Amino acid sequence: MSMTRPIATTRSATGIPTGKLAVWWVVGSEIVIFGGLLASYIMHRLGHPEWAEYASHTNTWFGGANTFVLLTSSLFAVLAHHAAAHGDGKTAAKWLLGTCAGGLIFLCIKAVEWTGEIQHGYTITSNGFWSFYYTAAGLHALHVIAGCIIMLIIAKDAWNGKELHRVELIGIYWHFVDIVWIFLFPLLYIAK
Amino acid sequence: MAEASTVDTHGAQAHDAGHGHHEQSFVSKYIFSTDHKIIAMQYMFTGIVMALIGGYMSYAFRMQLAFPGESVPGYGVVSQGEYNALVTNHGTIMIFWVAMPMLIAAFGNYLIPLMIGADDMVFPRINRLSYQIFLISAIILIASFFVPGGGFGGAWTSYPPLSANAEYNLTPLGATFWLVAVALEFVAFLLGGINFITTLMNARAPGMKMHDIPMVLWMIIIASILFMASVGPLIAGAVMLFMDQVVGTGYFDPDRGGDPVLWQHLFWFFGHPEVYVVLLPAMGIVAEIICTFSRKKLFNYKLILYTAFATGIISFFVWAHHQFVAGIDPRMANVFTITTLIISIPIAEMLFLYIATLYGGSIRLTTPMLWALSFIAEFLIGGITGIFLGASGSDIYFHDTYFVLAHFHYTFFPIAIIGFFAGITYWFPKMFGRMMNETLGKIHFWGTIISFNFIFIPLFILGAAGQHRRIYNFQNFPDLAGMQDLRVIATTALLVMLAFQAFFLFNFVYSLFKGKPAGKNPWKANTLEWTADSPPPHGNWPELPNCYRGPYEYSVPGREDDYWPQDVPPDTAPAE
Amino acid sequence: MIQTIYDFIKGIFEPLGDYLIASSVPVASSFASDIDALIALVAVFVGFWALLAYAAFFFLIFRFRARDGQRAQYVTGEEKDLKRWITYPHAAIILCDLVIVFMAIMVWYDIKQRLPEADSTVRIVAQQWAWNFVHPGPDNELDTEDDINSFNEMHVQVGTTYHYELISKDVLHDFSVPVFRLKQDAIPGRVMRGWFRPTQAGEYDIQCAEMCGIGHGIMGARIIIETPEEHAAWMSQGSAGKLASR
Repeated sequence: MSMTRPIATTRSATGIPTGKLAVWWVVGSEIVIFGGLLASYIMHRLGHPEWAEYASHTNTWFGGANTFVLLTSSLFAVLAHHAAAHGDGKTAAKWLLGTCAGGLIFLCIKAVEWTGEIQHGYTITSNGFWSFYYTAAGLHALHVIAGCIIMLIIAKDAWNGKELHRVELIGIYWHFVDIVWIFLFPLLYIAK
Repeated sequence: MAEASTVDTHGAQAHDAGHGHHEQSFVSKYIFSTDHKIIAMQYMFTGIVMALIGGYMSYAFRMQLAFPGESVPGYGVVSQGEYNALVTNHGTIMIFWVAMPMLIAAFGNYLIPLMIGADDMVFPRINRLSYQIFLISAIILIASFFVPGGGFGGAWTSYPPLSANAEYNLTPLGATFWLVAVALEFVAFLLGGINFITTLMNARAPGMKMHDIPMVLWMIIIASILFMASVGPLIAGAVMLFMDQVVGTGYFDPDRGGDPVLWQHLFWFFGHPEVYVVLLPAMGIVAEIICTFSRKKLFNYKLILYTAFATGIISFFVWAHHQFVAGIDPRMANVFTITTLIISIPIAEMLFLYIATLYGGSIRLTTPMLWALSFIAEFLIGGITGIFLGASGSDIYFHDTYFVLAHFHYTFFPIAIIGFFAGITYWFPKMFGRMMNETLGKIHFWGTIISFNFIFIPLFILGAAGQHRRIYNFQNFPDLAGMQDLRVIATTALLVMLAFQAFFLFNFVYSLFKGKPAGKNPWKANTLEWTADSPPPHGNWPELPNCYRGPYEYSVPGREDDYWPQDVPPDTAPAE
Repeated sequence: MIQTIYDFIKGIFEPLGDYLIASSVPVASSFASDIDALIALVAVFVGFWALLAYAAFFFLIFRFRARDGQRAQYVTGEEKDLKRWITYPHAAIILCDLVIVFMAIMVWYDIKQRLPEADSTVRIVAQQWAWNFVHPGPDNELDTEDDINSFNEMHVQVGTTYHYELISKDVLHDFSVPVFRLKQDAIPGRVMRGWFRPTQAGEYDIQCAEMCGIGHGIMGARIIIETPEEHAAWMSQGSAGKLASR
């Protein structure tokens, strides 16, 4: 079925672009989801001093490296937006690919990290700390994957000069994914 | 808030003028449509089917309660495990697959673009996706009854360790299917919310300011925001419960450092705002109908809006009144008593403002108006009985009794059922281009309302006598066995009420084909949907309307007509 | 001083509480009548406002029904003289709520926040799907040789202040005794504590008040409230004769 855009999509009674409102709505709902999960984790952590010992087995270097990777990829997303704002779809697409690559590197580092931990016997059912560790980071990783996929689609459009406003929108989502990690990193890796 | 009105660069012209006409197949027009009106119908019909299933469940378990151990016609003998599954899924279905889709998704999708003068939602394909995910969630829920082990029977609140551990609940597959279904339903509504918020905020007709927005749309938006802001922790909790069920983690297992009460907090932090998520749209529907059929403005629109916002905000601070005896710190109970009593204030005020709207009116008791007025009368009972439960001292006695059950049916039934009937009898002419039959409508109304009260007043009495919930046979309890008459009365009334729904179903189907043609505005209402054809075509209007005034300019002094639609330009000549 | 105010208000509503609740569920604990009085107080307050609202509701529908030739009035709801009809009730309701909150907190504090000195302690073990009760026996101490275990039957003595230790072996349950107006969730992994003092002899239902699986509906038990003589007689039988089942 052919889809012409409704006139409704082009209006902006508030002055804020519609797509931006939509992304903020998505980010808002995700904040509450991760907020709930992390609040539960913090409550448990406060009530279980022995978790500090379990947490000491996380690898701060891996965590730190991943933090650096994500922050860099967010920088690339900013540069992509900058290019898109100037109408340069091809440059924007290149920077988005870079962001995506950052996401992939993040996932690879995580895969290596988790493989090591599982081989050492720290699995998701080992104890409460590790359950939260894998669940929270896993949920986050799912969002990284989803973000990468959407980013590739937007990059393809941008390369062809289309829908450039979406570069900023996926950037906003990506920054959110980054910020979740900024919370996860100290909670899972640094608090020992 | 400063508002930039947008210049429609292609003018408000027919948006299909540019893509040519082509006949759409049935499948692409009705099954895979992105038109908000079709999607609304899809939600509505799915909701009706689920309501019939949920109603059937209540039939089966109420028959068991009235005639314990006897074979229920059309079901068979209700075993203990089946009883639990029936009450669990009745509640789950009615809240998530009836109330929410009908009030928010169906009416919201249908009305928002029409009432703001837009041609569709802002993201039609996301809209379609939200329905598809919703449908899948409904199918998974129904599938849960047919998996080995049977449907989940751990109550709609699904407290662990019972819900987390197959050894305890004996329905492991059913429990997981149930959980996945609920989680998917949440995702569907989060997606749907994207459209609601963006379309209402941004796609309004030129000239429609914030206070020109019909109250029902405000209510739907506030409900959407409430939902979005509260469901997150429960989604996190659902992930954790899923992990416990399927992967073997111990989030809620006290033997492994987990905490069963954590689930309760996550559940009710959402669960309480959720009741307002469904209440507010119903109140919104009632507002529209009361204004139209009393020919009056809403009494203090701004104050009503304020009470809606206040209710929404306070709703985040009351959740543990569901957990007074659940093992929370007893000192916290006092805090939640205070907040719960506080929330009763804006709600009471909202009801009073609605009643005040009747003052000075010219009231016509059409079928929609009867439903809207009965909402107020019945919800009032639900609201006041909540006070007994919000006060911690009395809740010690009433918790988990039929008093609670009767309370929430006096709130949920008006919300989901009366609200639906009010909305459908009011907007049927617009949706289908024909009028429903008034006589049949009134018979259906009186039969439903009278029998409804005879179902639940006995249950208040039984609850006050100490009868507890989720028990399949009260003959097991010597102190309660003697009150069987009340149980039989309640069940009989339910049978009567179910029988009366035939009037509605017949009226609905008959009117679809043989109802009197409705014209654009049979009720002589002001809001923009009544300026479109009945039913509106794809794109809603050949030329999108502008908005020149508020939605409730009825009976304006000095004007000949007692209504003044929002899209009519102001007079250049003085009014007669 | 606070107690005096509480007692005064309770005294006003106690008769109605008797009528509303105690007529179908006997008062058998020292705090049951407090809860009944609170229920009666709430009933009077909300009943008053409900009647007022219904009166206004039906009056307005009748008074302003559509009549030929008559038009509705144009009312915004911001008119001061009309708005008063909302703001005055609004303020009055807040006052009613304050009274309800005060009384509710007093009742709650007494039953759930404090633990008066115990004459005896009894242990309640909930499991799928039965109740086990551990009574302390003649030495009045739990976990000693002469403890009396019983199955689905709890024996207590009139006038004695009991502490209870409530535990669950598996899932959430809830120990509920309607004639006491008492209820408490049992949470696996925790020992829940509370108190009660029986005030009337008799045999009454115990119910499980938290969904606990397929057998939730057969998890009724009985509480036997005995006079001191009866209770002594029961205790002297020891554990041997106690495996009463339902």
